[in-house]
Amino acid sequence: MNRVLSPRARAILAALSFLLPILTWSMVSYLPFIWHPQILITDPAEVDYFQIGLRVGRQTFADEVNDAVSQGRKPPAGIAANPIYLPAPDQVLRAFYTAFTTRPETRDGAWLHQSLWHSIQTIFWGFVISSAVGVPLGVLCGSFGVVGRLCEPFVEFFRYLPAPAFGALMVAILGIYDGPKIAIIVIGTFFQQVLIIANTTRKLDFALVEAAQTLGTRGARLLTRVVLPGILPDLYRDQRILLGWAWTYLIVAELIGATTGITWFITQQARYQHFPNVFAAIFMIGILGLSTDLVLAGIGRKLFPWDRPTAKT
Amino acid sequence: MSDPRPLPSYRDQAAPVAERFARLKARDLLLQVKNLGKLFKSAHGTTVALKNIDFQTHRREFLCIVGPSGCGKSTLVRILAGLESQSSGEVLLDGKPVQGPGRDRGMVFQGYTLFPWLTVKKNVMFGPEINSGDSFAAEREALQWLELIGLEKFAGAYPHQLSGGMKQRVAIARALANQPRILLMDEPFGALDAQTRGRMQAHLLEIWRKIDITIIFITHDLDEAIFLADRILVLKAHPGEVQELIEVPVPRPRSIAQSLTDEFLATKARLEQLIYAAPAAATEEGSYPMVRRMTHVGDDVE
Repeated sequence: MNRVLSPRARAILAALSFLLPILTWSMVSYLPFIWHPQILITDPAEVDYFQIGLRVGRQTFADEVNDAVSQGRKPPAGIAANPIYLPAPDQVLRAFYTAFTTRPETRDGAWLHQSLWHSIQTIFWGFVISSAVGVPLGVLCGSFGVVGRLCEPFVEFFRYLPAPAFGALMVAILGIYDGPKIAIIVIGTFFQQVLIIANTTRKLDFALVEAAQTLGTRGARLLTRVVLPGILPDLYRDQRILLGWAWTYLIVAELIGATTGITWFITQQARYQHFPNVFAAIFMIGILGLSTDLVLAGIGRKLFPWDRPTAKT
Repeated sequence: MSDPRPLPSYRDQAAPVAERFARLKARDLLLQVKNLGKLFKSAHGTTVALKNIDFQTHRREFLCIVGPSGCGKSTLVRILAGLESQSSGEVLLDGKPVQGPGRDRGMVFQGYTLFPWLTVKKNVMFGPEINSGDSFAAEREALQWLELIGLEKFAGAYPHQLSGGMKQRVAIARALANQPRILLMDEPFGALDAQTRGRMQAHLLEIWRKIDITIIFITHDLDEAIFLADRILVLKAHPGEVQELIEVPVPRPRSIAQSLTDEFLATKARLEQLIYAAPAAATEEGSYPMVRRMTHVGDDVE
């Protein structure tokens, strides 16, 4: 249990954690005997409802072939295929490029990069607004028992209310454009944020505050000179986790009112059955989220050089 | 291990020692604790932690406080520091009542309380900077104190890069840099290994000799108390009360070699008598039972 891994082993395992799912997906896509429940028609022959590119069930195809053979007609031809909603890895990989070059299906539609940028802005403002209030409130709740007791029971209750449930209400208040979407991300993040940061603040070793008091520190300076710097590395870690949380609210938020951003792109592409594009867009969200987190983690190591002992976890 | 020689009384003082105490008592009163009491109220009722504590220290005195666990010695020093408030009585520093924590009473804690986000130098600067707002002067002062404790080479290091002994040295420098009237130390060497502790004790005496500071030092290590103290305040538990204020007859300057002298042994015998001979049944851990034999007959270790 909890054996310490060498850096090499850690790197290999991290690579494997991505390679194993990709390998599974590749096997399902490229080895016809594993799944491939459908036949992609390459030659309809004389079957009237077949056409090139149509996918039919294996059984239906086999029946039609039997019929044709028994009646002395030319049998239809086709190749085993997966359903259209499961594109192969190479198709999705290609879509990472082509999705950006695909012209929007409608004239007023957005290109992929515009959609992505819209999503990033929504997340950014939702998170900034939530943090602007949530972080100070959390620190105050954690520092002063009175504030904590006054706020936290209500916050605790509110965080169980699912953020998407406020969608219709937010549209009524804030209109159909970006207002309600940002509001949903704020509602989804803020209440968790207050509780998590209050807890982090409470975990600060109180002896540090007492030591500062015996050195003559009083009042607000205890907060700014001791509590804040003391919790900063943990607060930063909390914010990274909460930002991840904010991403998970993005899709729901973007469905509210007029659909926008990456969600609009995904629903559009799914409507036209461009599933490689759909997968590519979903993966892009994951890649954006993970790389943001890795960059922030790197910045954190630079910002808090004293934070080595706990950073080992 | 009976000693054939009868020990002298711990009250006997050689002439130079008696003369030192006379000079010590002629100095100004620095800290007066008058009739101090502390009650803790909990769901299980009220506990008397401290009762009728009375003592005083003179300027540049080294006072140790010892007592069995649960005697409230930590509570006492926390009240002196202003981190807790007393239920009755008063604490006077230079004749003025103490209210809340303040820079005139420095404190070194048992746990490591250096600010982990500050370098060693910034830790030592913390007090002077927050009180004067002048960071240049604070930095100059901090470097002097680091030199005094011999850690100037570690000025740029973070606390987590230091050993336990070094951390406590920096903690002492941090408290002293604020130029307090009195230094309160709550078992500061309790977490250190024996060798480091010995060196720290000698180093602390060296610092105390050279600067104008009064020290109140809490410990549960009787040798440490005798080695360091001018006088030892012995507390007893349940409730925490003063048992005796012992004037240590061991002459100064002190050295480890003195721990076999008659004065040292007599003082230690008296302390042991006060602390361990007290009815032990009432300790909060309860009594220790006889352990049932679980080995074969004849398989004995002693």
